[in-house]
Amino acid sequence: MLKSQKIKIMIVAAALVAIAVIVPNTNSFVILLVTRALAFSILVMSLDILLGYTGLASLGQAAYLGVGAYATAILATKYNFGLGWDFWLVIVFGILFSAALAAVFGLLAIRATGVYFLMITLALGQCVWGLAYRWNSLTGGDNGINLRGRPKFGIDLANDVTFFYVVFGFFAVSLLLMYVLVRSPFGRSLSGIRERELRMQILGYNTWLHKYIAFIIAGGFGGLSGVLWAHTAGIVSPENVVLTTSVDALLMAVLGGAGTLVGGVIGTFIVIALREYLSTLVPWWQYVLGAVYVLTILYLPSGLMGIPERIRQRRNALGKPDDPKKLATAPS
Amino acid sequence: MTNSLLRRLSPLLLGGCLALAMSPSQPAGAEELRIGYLAPTTGIFAAVGKDMVDGFQMYLDDHKKGFGGADVKFIVEDEQGKPDTAVTKAKKLVLQDKVHMFVGGLLASTGYALAPVSSKDAIYISSVAAADDLTQRDLAKFPYFIRTGWSSSQPSHPFGQWACEQGYKKIVAIGADYAFGYEVIGGFQRAFEACGGQIVQKIWPPLGTKDFGPYIPTIKADADAIFTLMVGPMSLQFPKQLAAAGNKKPVIGGGTSYDEFVLPAMGDEVIGHVSALMYSAAIDTPKNAAFVKAYRAKYGKVPSYYSEVNYTTAQMIDEVMTKNKGKYPGSDEFIKQLNAVKIDSIRGPVSIDDMRNPVQNIYIKKVEKKKMFGYDKDELWNTVIKTYANVNQFGQFKKDEFLKTPVYSRDFPPCKFCN
Repeated sequence: MLKSQKIKIMIVAAALVAIAVIVPNTNSFVILLVTRALAFSILVMSLDILLGYTGLASLGQAAYLGVGAYATAILATKYNFGLGWDFWLVIVFGILFSAALAAVFGLLAIRATGVYFLMITLALGQCVWGLAYRWNSLTGGDNGINLRGRPKFGIDLANDVTFFYVVFGFFAVSLLLMYVLVRSPFGRSLSGIRERELRMQILGYNTWLHKYIAFIIAGGFGGLSGVLWAHTAGIVSPENVVLTTSVDALLMAVLGGAGTLVGGVIGTFIVIALREYLSTLVPWWQYVLGAVYVLTILYLPSGLMGIPERIRQRRNALGKPDDPKKLATAPS
Repeated sequence: MTNSLLRRLSPLLLGGCLALAMSPSQPAGAEELRIGYLAPTTGIFAAVGKDMVDGFQMYLDDHKKGFGGADVKFIVEDEQGKPDTAVTKAKKLVLQDKVHMFVGGLLASTGYALAPVSSKDAIYISSVAAADDLTQRDLAKFPYFIRTGWSSSQPSHPFGQWACEQGYKKIVAIGADYAFGYEVIGGFQRAFEACGGQIVQKIWPPLGTKDFGPYIPTIKADADAIFTLMVGPMSLQFPKQLAAAGNKKPVIGGGTSYDEFVLPAMGDEVIGHVSALMYSAAIDTPKNAAFVKAYRAKYGKVPSYYSEVNYTTAQMIDEVMTKNKGKYPGSDEFIKQLNAVKIDSIRGPVSIDDMRNPVQNIYIKKVEKKKMFGYDKDELWNTVIKTYANVNQFGQFKKDEFLKTPVYSRDFPPCKFCN
């Protein structure tokens, strides 16, 4: 258990180092796409805390990205705030605003479970979209807000490579924090709630509070993702908070494998690579994307991260005696 | 152990493969002119996107020896009708393909999003995206932006005057809820109210609305006419549902409501509807007749304004490149020369004003069912009933006063007669 865990961590660390080393040496469009994918995967991971670890499928996660992104854009264009050292304050504000919104939405949503939770989060997410679309004086309506230039403090984030490293840093820290979170006793009790909420209640856990706190934390990370997204894309529009963005995040998490954090990241990279890069090469990229989704759901219900497990099962079925230790460590 | 390591390495390998697949491909070539093109080739605006690309492509096919002999590389990217995607794709064109210019972009909101991407490295030529402010109050922000199409409110200004001349007093406006809708209707309102008319109601269905059931019954009964501004699939649905609701009022509208991208698919309910734009496939000139016939033979449909403006945009680029004997003169010089181009295009004489927006004829067009250009079937055509020659983006208004007012929006001009 411990050993395999260590290996997993090492692989993830190695992959991160590889990204940090390889990407800046590719062409600048690829750097841009990877930066986007990293910023967005923070949102997908935050959703994974709800979906994979707590068992709450939220269809409104884009709202928190939207709050972070709009806060960044409005502060920057209306108040000229957040374009120097105060960028770090904007990061804090983005996280706080989104967490606060999640705290409000959570009060309404957490009471529900299953499909009802899905519907309530969808409705709440659409409220935020409605605001973004209609509150013209603040959000620029359908036009959205163009950000002029990225922050500059000692280092100039307008440089795509510098900015990539900053986003990469936030991504790595987020991954680490969320990993620590899900491994903590708190995270364990979330998994317990996912498996059987009634039992946790009988054991004396306040499951509502656990879910509520998880919801707020996920919202906070969503806000961070939004701040980074705003500066990555350079434009914030209702498109960022629309339902399809939430669905995208959900699909990315499921594609990679819910309840693995890293799976969501892989899912994000694959979808962004197909949608933004393959689409520049061939016109039939949508079929590829569709096929990837369908095949994953059909053959890999536990997502791409389930592939090693599938191979293991296949091999065991071929006649190798079962290793009892391995069964015990099947990924949660 | 090795097995399990290999298994665990697989995600990493996957990542590596992806990184490899994304490795750069650098274009090269001395006398190459790289033109990036953004159009929605998928999604609800795909039909419009096809017309845009076809128009530009047709000019390139017809003038293989043009552009002063430069080797034109035409790269089309799908912007999916979303500002966000358009920005990503524009950056791809600039960063990876190293284009000299990128052209296109459909929605006005896309235009606003794309303008900041333009720079000394790559200029942005807006052939379709009509966002008003880019050539008005925001002009100074975007020195590497120029427009060869139109500004949204440009046809609306003469059209408002025309509506007064018809004796309309009270008009209800219904239009798509986004920048382009605000600007077309705003321009119409300003002009119409300046000559004594009243806009008594403004209704804003969201972009992409297919069911107008909730909106049509709210149209005020005492209005003399209805002004519509539809885009994409909305254009097809609205007149149908309006007719089905038993409307007897005259209907007039922005150019995109009756443009040829949708006209052939429309039913007889649109006969008699009047709209204003800088192009109609039914302009009765030999030049346009030849264009319509050639386009139709090639692509199987009549050209829309989206086809024509892009054809003409290619022609204007050709003009500049020919003058420079096929050598790209640098972005500053190119903008300057493009700005000075005066051509006799298919839609009539076109020049570009000092705020980098075209000056051109605006045609008031009435949908009629008739035979044209020797085709043997009765079809719907946008017959030109009046021509306003050489209209600039400010129309009958004074430039200075015009620029002092804010850009047209949901709240401007205010609806004074709405109650």
